[in-house]
Amino acid sequence: MKVIEVRNLHKRYPNHVAVHDVSFEVAEGEIFGILGPNGAGKTTTVECVSGLRTPDGGTVRVAGIDPTEDRDALRQVLGVQLQSSALPEKIKVWEALDLYASFYPGPADWQALLEQVGLADKRDARFGKLSGGQRQRLSVALALVGRPRVAVLDELTTGLDPQARRDTWELVEQVRESGVTIVLVTHFMEEADRLCDRIALIDAGRVVATDSPAGLVARVGGEQRVRFRPSAPVEDSLLTALPEVTAVSRSGEQVVVTGTGNLAPAVTLALAQQQIIPGDLRIEQATLDDAFLALTGRKLA
Amino acid sequence: MKKILAVETKLLLRDWPAIVFSLALPVGLLVILGQIPDLAKPNPEFGGQRFVDAQLPAQMILLALLTTSFTVLPGVLTAYREQGVLRRMSTTPVHPSRLLGAHLLINLGVAAVAIVLVIVAGWLAFGSTPPAQIFGFALVCLLGTAAMLAIGLVIASVAPNAKSAPGIGSIVMFPLMFVAGMWIPREIMPDTLRTVSDYSVVGPFINAMRDTWAGDWPQLPHLAVMLVGLALFGGLAVRLFRWE
Repeated sequence: MKVIEVRNLHKRYPNHVAVHDVSFEVAEGEIFGILGPNGAGKTTTVECVSGLRTPDGGTVRVAGIDPTEDRDALRQVLGVQLQSSALPEKIKVWEALDLYASFYPGPADWQALLEQVGLADKRDARFGKLSGGQRQRLSVALALVGRPRVAVLDELTTGLDPQARRDTWELVEQVRESGVTIVLVTHFMEEADRLCDRIALIDAGRVVATDSPAGLVARVGGEQRVRFRPSAPVEDSLLTALPEVTAVSRSGEQVVVTGTGNLAPAVTLALAQQQIIPGDLRIEQATLDDAFLALTGRKLA
Repeated sequence: MKKILAVETKLLLRDWPAIVFSLALPVGLLVILGQIPDLAKPNPEFGGQRFVDAQLPAQMILLALLTTSFTVLPGVLTAYREQGVLRRMSTTPVHPSRLLGAHLLINLGVAAVAIVLVIVAGWLAFGSTPPAQIFGFALVCLLGTAAMLAIGLVIASVAPNAKSAPGIGSIVMFPLMFVAGMWIPREIMPDTLRTVSDYSVVGPFINAMRDTWAGDWPQLPHLAVMLVGLALFGGLAVRLFRWE
């Protein structure tokens, strides 16, 4: 079941074309990532999906609704957390939730939502006094207060410190558990890799590729390296015999195995059969950054 | 809508310095200026009335309305636009116009409080009589305030950012105060200036307030100018207002 369908979306502004040709589909219940560098057209794309901008070409459907035709129906099924949208400095957390809940006919219980996003103890705090991470949590809560089927989260963790970022990621995963489909816009490779079931890589207003994070990485050849310190001497032949392995080299006590596919499980299994423990085991894989570089010839960040 | 109104009222009260200023300035000025002996004597220029009877309170009411309409309202709305408050609201089933409506109502409320305060302060300080034609006075105040708020909305629409809005408001405000007779009484204005004053929304507003204060019904031309101003600037605000 496709909850979002975007076909050949095109949007130009007076001086430039923000989105040339973007198509993708989002399945019910998944976390779908839109990943690309700044200025790639990610935000414009989700603004068209959210009915905030009218596309110059192509079609958009959210739960079967055309965002430009039926904005009222769209707003019942789609919750949006946008970049550069804020609240009045002096509004209290509970007032904001109570107010936004009143905009919907069948809102979520905002007290429970407050618990879920971990802001229960900030109930009476003013928006202006919240930290960046807390603001984003409130933002997520506001996007969910109308019980949407789909939540669009745009650059959720930009500007957050690493701890707040991880906390926010956990929150996004919880939200998905509750059955909400999520469209996550980001320029962080790590974030997309950790959270997304599938990703559309966007560059210069076009979709470069759409796949799972692992699938995208596999497209660039997917050569991996496994490094470890064996607990007992290892013959090279033990490892080179494995179909996944292409080469074995040594660096001091360290063994470096290069290969493809399920390299790490194959190597550890072979070692275990010889009762050898791979100490300091490290797996180095191509990343989404590498995939983006290979697919576009440009760096992601 | 009720909830927006309640929340926005709370927010405005939390920003109490702005409100206190727009209320305290006219009341304070009224009391201070009323101490000038010449202004407290019956004056044949005002038909034997004292300056503090209707002239001064009317001007202070105008000052209060101009401050809220031209600086407070545009300040709040441009800040909301700049911070993305309006943008966030536009992703919900509620159109941000509700927020605008709430602010217009709140400012009408603030205006009503200012008007009552000025009348009561004048009465307590100098025994000035309250407006005699109270219904006419209420009508004039409602129409005049609405017209000034419409001008405030136009200012909010054209101001490039939240910082510049109150400044632009002041630039518009002072000439209007001048033609309204804040510094030179209308009676001694040169003819050209008085003609400008007659069509300036604030001139008819002051005149109509003084008429109703004295117990007469407001004159139709005065009401007509205010109504035209309301329609003109209201329409302009609707066309120019930007949500983001």
